[in-house]
Amino acid sequence: MRRPLHLRLIGVAAAAALMLSACGGGGIKDNTTSGSGKSCGTFNIAVNPWTGYVADAYVVGVVAQEKLGCTVNYKNVKEEVGWQGMSSGTIDTILENWGHADLVKKYVTDQKTVEDAGMTGNEGIIGWYVPPWMAQKYPDITNWKNLNKYASMFKTSESGGKGQLLDGDPSYVTNDEALVKNLNLDYQVVVGGSEAALIQSFRSAEKNKTPLLAYFYEPQWFFSEMKLVRVHLPKYTPGCDADAAKVACDYPPYHLNKLISTKFADSGSPAVTLVKQFHWTNDDQNEVAEYIAKDGMKPEDAAKKWIDANPDLVNQWLQGT
Amino acid sequence: MTAVDTAPEPAAAPPPKEEQPRIVTRDKRHTGWKLLGIAVVWVVGWSLLKGQNTLAVPFQQLNSFDTWINGLRDDIQAAAQTNWFFHGVIGNISDFFNWLVTQIQQLVSIPSPPRPVPEIGWLGVVALLGWVGLAAAGVRWALLVIVTVLLFGFCGLWQDGIDTLIITVIAVVTCIVIGIPVGIAMSRRKWLSAAITPVLDIMQTMPSFAYLAPLALIFGIGASSAVVLTIIYSLPPLVRITEHGIRTVPATTIEAAGSMGLTQSQLLRKVQLPMARRTIVVGINQCTMAALSMAVISAFVAGPGLGQDVMNALQNLDVGTAAVAGGLIVMIAIMLDRTTTAASERRERVQGRVASVSGMGVMLTNVVLERLPRWASEDSRVSRRRPSALMRRISLGVVAIPVLVCVYLSRQYIDLAQFPESWDFGGDIARKINDFVNWFVNQVDTFTTGFKNLVTYGLLNPLQDLMAQSPWWLMAFVLLSVGFVLGGIRALVAVAVCEAIILGTGLWNDSMITLTMTLVATILVMIIALVLGVAMGRNRVADVTIRPFLDTFQTIPSFVYLVPALALFGVGRFTAIVAAVAYGVPIATKLVADGIRGVSSTTVEAARASGITSWQMILKVQIPMARESLVLATNQGLLYVLSVVVIGGLVGGGSLGYLVVSGFSQDQLFGKGLAAGIAITALGVMLDRVARYSAARYGRG
Repeated sequence: MRRPLHLRLIGVAAAAALMLSACGGGGIKDNTTSGSGKSCGTFNIAVNPWTGYVADAYVVGVVAQEKLGCTVNYKNVKEEVGWQGMSSGTIDTILENWGHADLVKKYVTDQKTVEDAGMTGNEGIIGWYVPPWMAQKYPDITNWKNLNKYASMFKTSESGGKGQLLDGDPSYVTNDEALVKNLNLDYQVVVGGSEAALIQSFRSAEKNKTPLLAYFYEPQWFFSEMKLVRVHLPKYTPGCDADAAKVACDYPPYHLNKLISTKFADSGSPAVTLVKQFHWTNDDQNEVAEYIAKDGMKPEDAAKKWIDANPDLVNQWLQGT
Repeated sequence: MTAVDTAPEPAAAPPPKEEQPRIVTRDKRHTGWKLLGIAVVWVVGWSLLKGQNTLAVPFQQLNSFDTWINGLRDDIQAAAQTNWFFHGVIGNISDFFNWLVTQIQQLVSIPSPPRPVPEIGWLGVVALLGWVGLAAAGVRWALLVIVTVLLFGFCGLWQDGIDTLIITVIAVVTCIVIGIPVGIAMSRRKWLSAAITPVLDIMQTMPSFAYLAPLALIFGIGASSAVVLTIIYSLPPLVRITEHGIRTVPATTIEAAGSMGLTQSQLLRKVQLPMARRTIVVGINQCTMAALSMAVISAFVAGPGLGQDVMNALQNLDVGTAAVAGGLIVMIAIMLDRTTTAASERRERVQGRVASVSGMGVMLTNVVLERLPRWASEDSRVSRRRPSALMRRISLGVVAIPVLVCVYLSRQYIDLAQFPESWDFGGDIARKINDFVNWFVNQVDTFTTGFKNLVTYGLLNPLQDLMAQSPWWLMAFVLLSVGFVLGGIRALVAVAVCEAIILGTGLWNDSMITLTMTLVATILVMIIALVLGVAMGRNRVADVTIRPFLDTFQTIPSFVYLVPALALFGVGRFTAIVAAVAYGVPIATKLVADGIRGVSSTTVEAARASGITSWQMILKVQIPMARESLVLATNQGLLYVLSVVVIGGLVGGGSLGYLVVSGFSQDQLFGKGLAAGIAITALGVMLDRVARYSAARYGRG
């Protein structure tokens, strides 16, 4: 049976195109690696679903691309999927890790496929927040003991007759189900789905003066727009959250750190040094995050704007690459 | 198409030769009374035993099955480095796809180090794809290809658009390599067909959301998982249609060929394949459409492409970007559909449209759904003189020269290699849409909240209360008896098996909540579909006006619906239901419309002569006579709805869908997420079987 005409033609044309490709290409200059170090190659950064993380990822990514000549791939994944990706070698780094003691044990201690790469300099806070108008009108709501008194206010169609506690992305670090149960709160955790959904809910609650109790966190650019008020849970003491099912205390303060895959760490890529030396403050991160989330800038452009304004810090990160 | 197997039904009278406005056989079954009886038992039982034995489990609580799966997962992860199967076989498959995707990407979409740009720049890619369109389908479709691909650039999503094409093409080519031989083998051996068909059923009924996590575990996240995910979903239609195509080559032809002394392989190559070629091309077309519908979900496993933009938009409540990216996916769908259809039509001298394999009378598990917007190609069927093969060859050769020049230029100049940013209008469009949506949401948010509360408090919550708060054994009994009354003994067996599976996963209560949402959404779908479908079936103008919208809506990936639904209604089950309804309405409406139109005109005339009003005509004649289509529309509506209700877990839909999402993102919930995936599949199979067997029973009036 004869092969159809056009198939053969496509084959011929493809071959011709490839041949042409091979000899052309003189007009566009190749990327050259700055500095004398090893060339960088590809650099796969996990991007977790909150804007603060996006800021970290793109600032490091843009620096790696422009100063080290890396080919940067941003992989949009949930936190734990990122860990899994580092373990299997498809992801090189997570730039903002929130604790995850169980995963540290599994991948860092036992499997030894992931390594700690130092602190980001960001201090993380997780907690329950109410919009400003509520804290003004009901000053005692900031104590968890009074939450049940107000539970009926927080009722929604989704909360099954109880008060609603709105949570974020399903992948976020949370003890909320256990907290509600162990503190005997008359509340139901309802999952909002994303950071943007939480922000949207706070905005509309403040605008319409409707009640809202929600999971939120710092570093977070949104605090510069709205001063949310934190509800104090029973004080955190080291070890009080050891058993996930029996947690009855507030979230610990998180010292956010970076992680790299062992494979990547051993590759000698200059990006390893960059990741290890990357550090900045909550204000820095919030600035970039605000460019992205509030001003609607593309993450690359937001990162470039910040990098151009902070050359000294960036040069510190690049020392030794 | 033999979609519904109609086993002999002892109770039913043989179908009357001439259609009659009154169907007598149905009344004997007293279905309505039996269902009412079940409902009474149910409500009484519920009111007495509410809240007992509901099998509700707290979100974080794991059962032994879940922990067993978690352990298995850990073992697989540990073994992934050394084990011959996971490292040797799967690892190599995974590496191969990753390598292949990267190679093609570096050729056309991502920088190919050390070059700062791909090997072939955008101008070259546009020219080459346009030329492929010309060679395969003709000038018209070449233009469509060029416009579509240029739109990637103008929308600022050049790389993602091309990446989506790459993943789709690789998956489809792999499907062709695997699927056609399998389909051929199945057409020749009955036992093989019997063995493989249930596997295909499962592949198609199981919501792809359910197997994301294990897939990512085995193939790792990235392009290879995306390709495999796409293959799993898009392979079944190709296999089924190939088998069907070869099976339906007339037996007389085969005999004639056999009498000429052809061997088996000659028979296949010279007779069966050429005669089935057109059907197989339809299969490839369906396979391509199915592959494209995975474009968004593959973003969950970090697959490259437009799905990333839709997912980000969902995360950032960015309706504008979702609309732009979703619109491009629709354009790609139309482009691929048109070119493959046109390619098959121009090559085939034997005319006569393929008996629509994908159209009416098809249950999901038999062949895929008609997802292709047909309106744009209808007029292309006007026959005109075709240029001779030689002329075509010459003209293709001549056109190839400027194409190659474009490729060359795109390697020489940065502006021709990288799509100029100043031509990117996507951001502006997205911003305008967002401004409009914000304005609109602000205008209507009191109304939307009111509507949401009305449906949630009025319908959803009471029904959920009834279904999820009944003791499990009562609910199981209700489902069994409804299945039996509607679908007979085979439906009863199917329901029993599926119930056992759901109980086994330990997620009974969550399954009932998901079932409630599915039912509510399906009811809404059927109400809308009936209104629109009857209008379309009775009125040509309505049909011509509405159908293009349905075609377009059908092509939009289900995830895209979540974004505006979220903007309008906030988080919650209702949002998931709204998205599900939007996704389910087009197919159901089309089926209803086709059914109404299919009512024989003599019947309608006879009824009209008897002097009935329009309303009586609709209620007493057309709807009852189109019952088969209505059942089918319900079946399709149910399955479409279920697939979206599940992803509704992302927008606060809760229950099984949320468990799947969580299982994918929280280490200790992996096993529970997988269990939820199994429960979803069981629910889907259960609904499909009940609807299918009732269709077999009630369909033929």
